[in-house]
Amino acid sequence: MTEDIRSLSAQYAADPSSLVFLRLGEALRQRMQYDAALKVALSGLGRYPHLPDAHDLYARILTDQRDYATAFDEWDTVLRLAPHHVGAHKGLGFLYYRAGEPEHAVYHLRLAAELDPGDQGLRAAVERVAGGEEIWDQPLPTVPPEHTDEARAATVSAGDPFAGLEGAHDRLLLVDADGLRLGGSLLGAGHQDFSDDAAATLAATTREAVRAARLLELGEWQHLTLEATELNACLLSPTADTSLLAAMDAGLPAGQMAFFAERAAKAARAWLERVR
Amino acid sequence: MSPSYSSLLEALTRLRGIRGAMVVEAADGIAVAEELMGGLKGTALAALAANLAARAAELSGRGGFGMPRFLHLQATDGSLLIAPASRNLVLVAVAARDVPLGLLRLEMLRMAEHLV
Repeated sequence: MTEDIRSLSAQYAADPSSLVFLRLGEALRQRMQYDAALKVALSGLGRYPHLPDAHDLYARILTDQRDYATAFDEWDTVLRLAPHHVGAHKGLGFLYYRAGEPEHAVYHLRLAAELDPGDQGLRAAVERVAGGEEIWDQPLPTVPPEHTDEARAATVSAGDPFAGLEGAHDRLLLVDADGLRLGGSLLGAGHQDFSDDAAATLAATTREAVRAARLLELGEWQHLTLEATELNACLLSPTADTSLLAAMDAGLPAGQMAFFAERAAKAARAWLERVR
Repeated sequence: MSPSYSSLLEALTRLRGIRGAMVVEAADGIAVAEELMGGLKGTALAALAANLAARAAELSGRGGFGMPRFLHLQATDGSLLIAPASRNLVLVAVAARDVPLGLLRLEMLRMAEHLV
């Protein structure tokens, strides 16, 4: 049961330096009010940069927003500050599990279970990931499994290229040269999913733009802006073999569109570097 | 060339940094009228602009963007601008590098409305 947000907000407003921000941030997160939760968590982190629970809260919100790379770093920070932090071990266990790194996942989940033996859900998770109850017969490793860097990279690459960016789930689309969707989504006003329909045409439109720029001797193409009655879109190539579409409501300034698209392209390039 | 198209294109090419302007049939990429300078080839420009406009229209339809109003291809040495107009026509302009495009865009949108 989530705590009463109104009451927690009042307590937080009365004393912004109190630790109530941890409960308020968590309550907002559970209600899926992620923007508000992030604001509270970041404000708390600003006051308490060495507080493990503040980093843990921030990491949980980031995970909900599918920004796994930053969440990993936050939980890593927690363990540097507090090596026996249950939440951080649970979080890292989850990230490793979802990245297909069961050995690392079991290590962290088991540590968490040892630290919180009353959590039956956690025990069940350990057994599920480890493949049975026999895991409890094995000694708890004293050091993490090898190849931690590679396993960490897997948690990051499994993420969304636009995680944490505005429009990540409805206004940004990344495709390869064949029009195969690599990340992002394009949703209409009624939440219709246009992603796959638009993906193939996006790659073809980019090819046409590159061709036109070359044959008209305009130099290297940089972007194509499309203004339409409902939405405006900006197409560009984060890398030579990918196309990105960033869409915004029609009527917003062109400069804002360019900034939005460039920021998404930067995130896509970083994600592609990690994946590849 | 129709006198009305001619005067319209002349007005566009009088703007600073405009290398040429055309009225093109969208469906088959054929030039209807042109006012080009400095080595721009009308046939190629018409075909490429029509192709790009067609692709963009398809993307707009598949992406749920609505009807295309304006296209701006930005490249390192210049820009290609396309304003879909009525009756299967598109208005096309090529601008040199570092040309402010705001006024050109407004003029093209205004002219495209009256292009018949």
